[in-house]
Amino acid sequence: MNPSVTRRTALGALVLVALPWPVLAQEDALAAAIREQVGDAAVEEGGIALRVPTVAENGGQVPVTVVVDSPQTAAEHVTAIHLFATRNPTPGVASFRLTPLLARAEVQTRIRLAEDQRIVAVAQFSDGRVRRAAAEIRVTTGGCLS
Amino acid sequence: MSGTLSTPRVRVPRSARPGEVVEIRTLIEHPMETGLRQEGGRTVPRDMLTRMVVRVNGEVALQAELRNGSAANPFHVFFLRIERASELEFSFTDERGRTARSTARIALA
Repeated sequence: MNPSVTRRTALGALVLVALPWPVLAQEDALAAAIREQVGDAAVEEGGIALRVPTVAENGGQVPVTVVVDSPQTAAEHVTAIHLFATRNPTPGVASFRLTPLLARAEVQTRIRLAEDQRIVAVAQFSDGRVRRAAAEIRVTTGGCLS
Repeated sequence: MSGTLSTPRVRVPRSARPGEVVEIRTLIEHPMETGLRQEGGRTVPRDMLTRMVVRVNGEVALQAELRNGSAANPFHVFFLRIERASELEFSFTDERGRTARSTARIALA
C-alpha cells in the first residue's frame, strides 16, 4: 500500500471530522439552553414574529421585538418568551414571564451580540405548546467586550 | 461602584380608558461589568442586571430574567390592558443584590 495515500486519506478524514465540530457544538449548546427552559416539550416553528435589524451597527445594543400570536386571555396566553443567541459566548439572552395582565404577547428588549449570528425566540403557551422562530443578524461591531 | 442604582426611568400614560391598551417603556442605567475587563492585571468581577419585575396593583404582570446576552442599559417596551386605576411598580435587581425601584400611576379617564 502507498503510505502517502493513506496519510492523505487520514488527513481528509480528520478534516471531515474537524469541520462540523464547532457548528455542532453551538447547536448542542443552543439545544441544551432551550431544553433547560422548556423541558422536553415538542417545539414547533411559526406563530412568532421576531423583528430584528438585518445589520446591527452596535452589537452592544441590538433592538429585538418578539410578537407572539396569542389572544393573551386567562384561558389562552403566552407564559414565557425566551431569547437565545447562537454565537455568543453563552446562548442565554433573557426569559420573559408573561401574564394575562399584558394586553399582547409582545416584548421589546435590547440585546448584546458578539458577531454575525442567528437568534432564536421560543414561546411557551399556557396549554403547554412551544413555538420558535429564528432570525439572522449581521453585526458590525461586537458587543461583548465593550 | 456605589451601593445604589439609579432610579429606573419609565414612560407611562397618566390616564387610560377602562379596557384601553397602553404602552409602557422602561430604561435603567446600570454600571455593567462583563467579567472580562481587566484592571491592574486583575479581572473585574461580573456584575449585570439579572431581574426585572413589573407589578400592577401588587400583582406581577411581567417578569424578566436577564442573562449574559442582555444589553448594558436595557430598554424594554410592553403593553398593559388597564381596567381600573393602577399603581405600577418596576424593580430591577443585579448580581450584587442591589435593587432599583420606581413607581407610576395610571388614573382612569
